[in-house]
Amino acid sequence: MTSILVHVDQLPTAFRTAPMPRHRVDARQWNQAGEALAAGELTLLGLWAHGATVHMALLDQAANRIGIVSLGNRRGSFPSIGRLHAPAIRLERTIADMSGLEPEDAPDSRPWLDHGRWGVSHPLGKLETSWAKAKPYPFLPVEGESLHQIPVGPVHAGIIEPGHFRFTAQGETVVRLEARLGYVHKGIEKLIQGGDLERGMTLAGRTSGDSTVACQWAYAQAVEAALAVKVPARALYIRAIMAELERLANHLGDFGAICNDAAFAMMLAQAGVLRENVLRAADTCFGHRFMRDCVVPGGVSRDLTAEGVATLQALVAAIRERFPKLVALYDNTASLLDRTVATGYLKPELARQFGAGGFVGRASGRDFDVRRNLAYAPYDELAFEVPARDDGDVNARVWIRIEEIRQSLSLIGQCLVSLPDGPVRAEIPVAGEPREGIGLVEGFRGDILVWLALDAKGRIARCHLRDPSWFQWPLLEAVIEDNIVADFPLCNKSFNCSYSGHDL
Amino acid sequence: MHRFLLEGLLGRPLTEKPPVPADIEELGAAMAKAAQTRLGRSLSIRQVDAGSCNGCELEIHALNNAYYDLERFGLHFVASPRHADVLLVTGPVTKNMAEALKRTYDATPDPKWVVAAGDCAANGGCFAGSYAVVGGVSEIVPVDLTISGCPPTPTALLEGLLAILEQSARPAKAG
Ligand code: SF4
Repeated sequence: MTSILVHVDQLPTAFRTAPMPRHRVDARQWNQAGEALAAGELTLLGLWAHGATVHMALLDQAANRIGIVSLGNRRGSFPSIGRLHAPAIRLERTIADMSGLEPEDAPDSRPWLDHGRWGVSHPLGKLETSWAKAKPYPFLPVEGESLHQIPVGPVHAGIIEPGHFRFTAQGETVVRLEARLGYVHKGIEKLIQGGDLERGMTLAGRTSGDSTVACQWAYAQAVEAALAVKVPARALYIRAIMAELERLANHLGDFGAICNDAAFAMMLAQAGVLRENVLRAADTCFGHRFMRDCVVPGGVSRDLTAEGVATLQALVAAIRERFPKLVALYDNTASLLDRTVATGYLKPELARQFGAGGFVGRASGRDFDVRRNLAYAPYDELAFEVPARDDGDVNARVWIRIEEIRQSLSLIGQCLVSLPDGPVRAEIPVAGEPREGIGLVEGFRGDILVWLALDAKGRIARCHLRDPSWFQWPLLEAVIEDNIVADFPLCNKSFNCSYSGHDL
Repeated sequence: MHRFLLEGLLGRPLTEKPPVPADIEELGAAMAKAAQTRLGRSLSIRQVDAGSCNGCELEIHALNNAYYDLERFGLHFVASPRHADVLLVTGPVTKNMAEALKRTYDATPDPKWVVAAGDCAANGGCFAGSYAVVGGVSEIVPVDLTISGCPPTPTALLEGLLAILEQSARPAKAG
């Protein structure tokens, strides 16, 4: 056991109620952390830079503890973690693009989010005007007999987000997929810098539109921890209701869409109706179909009325009645299972190594859910199960989602019954000193991390938003290997990574 | 599965009455170039995400569900800009997507209309001013109609698209 583990010392009871400490480490300890990650003793939660310092968030999954280690100014560079632990590679390429800090001996020194089109370089570091023209991106070389390449994107055929996929195929079989992302990079972390808490909330809610509740909740958690704000119980329950509605809507939509990508359009039609019912109920209760800007630092901006409770109870009852029929239809349609079973297999070792969150991890043996492992209120008071299995194919991911839909229905039901009375929003104080806090929320895709540094006036010095997709996109490239090109949409939809959440 | 098919045949449809097409002056001029004979009462839409947060896409997807059932109006989504009459563009245009958007526009045959859907597409929304964002869609390609909202509701999207459909169906003005 390496001594670095002593720095991974924060239990949820601590970091969820108080500012998040950081441990300053030297290069030797930094490398030790990299070795502990490579050995599987720790899981990488995030890696980002603030000024000339690099921060790394680590999870000790066995002990349910987290920690942040920081490596200070080393004249513009830091020892690469990616050279020891592959999941860090893209995060380091991003640090180099955004902050201009170079990972030493990094295995991949290509730019990642910076396509050479911003007109500036290192927007989060020493911002410099850049006159360089966009250069062609060097994709990894592929060698072998009778290989051909299929470039796809950034503009895709369907209604989906932009990204580029470079397939190398031998006949029908994919031998390598390499993704190039960053097309929807909007500079969110720079836009937040120097802003007030409200600006941060607005932008956090627009990093990935499908996870707006989860992102804003994670952001609110970071603010509340940094300033030690006690959120009223009623607000916590309403947040959970909204978060589970969001999970429900996304899982229902994707369940239909996955089947549709296997040419079973009827499921899309059926599940689409249920999804629309969820969104309409959300609109009725909270005034917005995606419940955007409803979670605010200190609580929620909309209370749930008695009629709202009744609307949601009716919704839950209706889905409980209807959904099992769709599940039976899925389970009894051999032509559909023929497409989903054994397709897009993700090895449990990879899921563990990358710390894959959500249904991607849980379908490949990584039994982790922030709501349980790093519990936050009100989930510590609610009863739910975390489904997990290890068969790792498209079918397994579908089943995890089916189970999670059931769990979400149960959770919403529980919250409605035991909804506490009282206020729904607490005051946000000004600390008068710099503060830092962390937020970790289980979105429908997996764990969303928000790290926030506030200055003495309460303005945002740095806000880092890490979408679960960071650790899932690379795995998509692994699972498509040896599958046929035509199964890519199916594999892709079964992951449903966020482009915008990743590109920021 | 048979039960589902039977239910579908015998049950009442969920599909709702169409909304009233948005009344939009700004369309008039653009539509004068329309040749009804070439389009009839049908429009092919190509959606382009030029940098959105994916919220707008979700509501565009919803147009296909049974409640809104876009296709009953002769509106449908196509996979290639070469088959499209309408480009439905979302998001603030990011610098990394600007060229792709322009190229998609250029690949779309005339006559064509561009709809900017969502507050971001209108003027960059909350991302305006970023080093990584060009701004609204009109910074890169001419826009015929803007639909506001963050994201616009499916009903708002439908109103806008129906307005385009109506205008395109009118005989082109002489001259
Ligand atoms: S308008 Fe709103 S929903 Fe649409 S892309 Fe912009 S932030 Fe996202």
